[in-house]
Amino acid sequence: MLRFLLRRFGTMILTGLCLSFVVFYLTNLKPNLERLAKTQASARMTQSQVHDWLVEHGYGEPVLKRYGEWLGVVPGWTGKNTETGAPMGRCVDPNNPTTKAATYCGILQGTWGYSTVFRSSVSSILSTRLQATGILMLWVLILMIPVSLVVGIVSGMREGSRLDRGLSVASIATTATPEYVSGVVLIVLLSSPMMGLSPVLRHWGLLHGTALFKGSAASALDHVTFANFTLPVVTVALYGTGYIARMTRASMTEVMTAQYIRTARLKGVRFRTVVLKHALRNALIAPFTVIMLQIPWLLNGVVITETLFNYKGFGWTLVQAAEGNDIELLLGCSIVAVVVVLLTQLISDIGYIYLNPRIRIS
Amino acid sequence: MTHLSASAVLGELLYRFLPVWIALFLTFALSIAYKRRLGLYGRIFDSPIGMVGFFLVMFWAYAAIFAGMIMTHDPLEQVYRLKDALPGTKMPAGTKGYPYYLLGGDHLARDVFSRMVAGAREVLIIAPAATVFAYMVGITLGLPAGYYAGRFDTVLSFVANLVLAFPVILLFYLLVTPAIRQVGIPVGLAAVLFLFPVIFLTILWNSRYFTVPWKRNLYVGLTLVIGLWAYSGLAFNADPLGVFAMDSNLLNVFVSVVFVNAPTVFRIVRGLTFDIKSRDYVAAAQTRGEGPWYIMLWEILPNARGPLIVDFCLRIGYTTILLGTLGFFGLGVSPESPDWGSTINAGRKLLSIYPWPAVVPAVALLSLVLGLNLLADGLREESLRD
Repeated sequence: MLRFLLRRFGTMILTGLCLSFVVFYLTNLKPNLERLAKTQASARMTQSQVHDWLVEHGYGEPVLKRYGEWLGVVPGWTGKNTETGAPMGRCVDPNNPTTKAATYCGILQGTWGYSTVFRSSVSSILSTRLQATGILMLWVLILMIPVSLVVGIVSGMREGSRLDRGLSVASIATTATPEYVSGVVLIVLLSSPMMGLSPVLRHWGLLHGTALFKGSAASALDHVTFANFTLPVVTVALYGTGYIARMTRASMTEVMTAQYIRTARLKGVRFRTVVLKHALRNALIAPFTVIMLQIPWLLNGVVITETLFNYKGFGWTLVQAAEGNDIELLLGCSIVAVVVVLLTQLISDIGYIYLNPRIRIS
Repeated sequence: MTHLSASAVLGELLYRFLPVWIALFLTFALSIAYKRRLGLYGRIFDSPIGMVGFFLVMFWAYAAIFAGMIMTHDPLEQVYRLKDALPGTKMPAGTKGYPYYLLGGDHLARDVFSRMVAGAREVLIIAPAATVFAYMVGITLGLPAGYYAGRFDTVLSFVANLVLAFPVILLFYLLVTPAIRQVGIPVGLAAVLFLFPVIFLTILWNSRYFTVPWKRNLYVGLTLVIGLWAYSGLAFNADPLGVFAMDSNLLNVFVSVVFVNAPTVFRIVRGLTFDIKSRDYVAAAQTRGEGPWYIMLWEILPNARGPLIVDFCLRIGYTTILLGTLGFFGLGVSPESPDWGSTINAGRKLLSIYPWPAVVPAVALLSLVLGLNLLADGLREESLRD
């Protein structure tokens, strides 16, 4: 077990290194840097001014060396501001340049760098944004897991019944609906003052405000309400629900055809008891893995949903960083994403071994 | 009368799709009549779910083929007075052509209906083609990885997992920005990825016919001539005759979609090969002294076709979703392109006031992907039956 864990951690670190280097390399391509210089300083700079600006701000060195600086294994660059003569450098505090700076300041030292789009440190941005996304994900999981498990178990309990057919088609339909489609449809149906349900409800006197829900979740950052948070949560949850339900159904139908279930039924145990006591435990092993592996997919949905509903969380930040070629923020985002992906894989593997005594790692 | 009523709009829409209905009727009538002789394809018609899925898929396929006949307006034509027009609005006096904007106008006063139909053509060309390329890459690498295992497999699996660990949207942003194009990374990726179909087909013919030289030379020669000709045109835009060409924007989108899909296909093929290589018929082929590529391509691959066909259907749907995602973030083929993702993106800004420009392509995309998923489900059920 320990060797397995060590190997997995080794792979994780190697993956993280490769990925961050790819992101670093792609964001540090020459055209991207020129665009960065123009957005940071002035859009009307000449080619040589751009070059000077890049050199002055430490972008002039070779990519590998600067990647090492970001990582914290190569000393950070130092230089002088050409106008004021104040010291500049990777480790120098831009607001307080005269204090003595550390030699190394990279990810290994816990310095995530500085965001050029938000003009603030990456670690503070990431922590607030991740918190916002965490709340979203929490509600998504609270909604998604019970619904999908119940749907999957109910439809897998009697394979081929009419209920099973109906629920299966519904699950397939949700997996065929990407977030940008379901979000658009939900907004139009439930949050438009002129279309969908809201005008009808208003006409019947059941609704007093303009619309049932809000089409923007921007206010949910301050406090979450039913009106401003329902639609984003449902939008993210919908895509995953169908998939998990399908997997639960498959596992449930497999268990229901097992010998011990038939024995129990023939012994005269009630169908309800068979499902709840005999089948459920064994049928829930596979969905656990699926749920864990679904979390990285949710991350994708979160990016789309946060953009659509203007909820300023991690996904929204990632889009802003990518559009502004914000190198260090993007690196931070990709590190977080990679850790989420690999950690959920690890948890699902360990959980699978733990839940299923037939599998043992030699 | 300046407006059509809702039922009149519906009637007109059904009428516009007349060529599609005729083609669908013929397809279904012929297929059901001969379904016992059509193998797996015929068995779709035994499963109601598969039939519904096939109906939806073929509806959009025929809509894409007959797009020229179905469209009521040019997808880029702007009629100033019809900006954000309601569905069923009559064209202002003095304009020629079809008299209505059946599904309304968008924020640039273009016909939403025609754009949706034009978008179907765009999506149904790119998505299946990208999926085929992803399959070629996945199969050519996945078969040896599963067959030989060992270090080759370890390295490739690591790379595949690396690509899969990337958040898709970040990858798209990194690969589809204009800056990247200047550096030539998409062309480089295309140069690698587009080579795989040629390699695949060459090995395929060679491993089978190397004992019959004239046949081998004919097939391999044809593959190499046509393949490399297309390759030069598609990847480098350097086709001397100008038959094969790809817009650089399109190339960008295409390459990144193939790049995202290929690792998953690789993993599926590798897993299947792992499973199949211990079967008796593989051992028999090995004893006969067949070459490894013959065994992989002509013994293992045909026997893995069931799950691969199912996954192929699902993957076209997933590719459609990915293309939509690209469009949604404004990274699509071009800003005025009628593809569904871009139109949803353009329409979402005024969603609660003028919903139709976004909802129409959204429903179109949903129905196509749903059709593909239902078709895949039907196929899976039918192929599991024996």
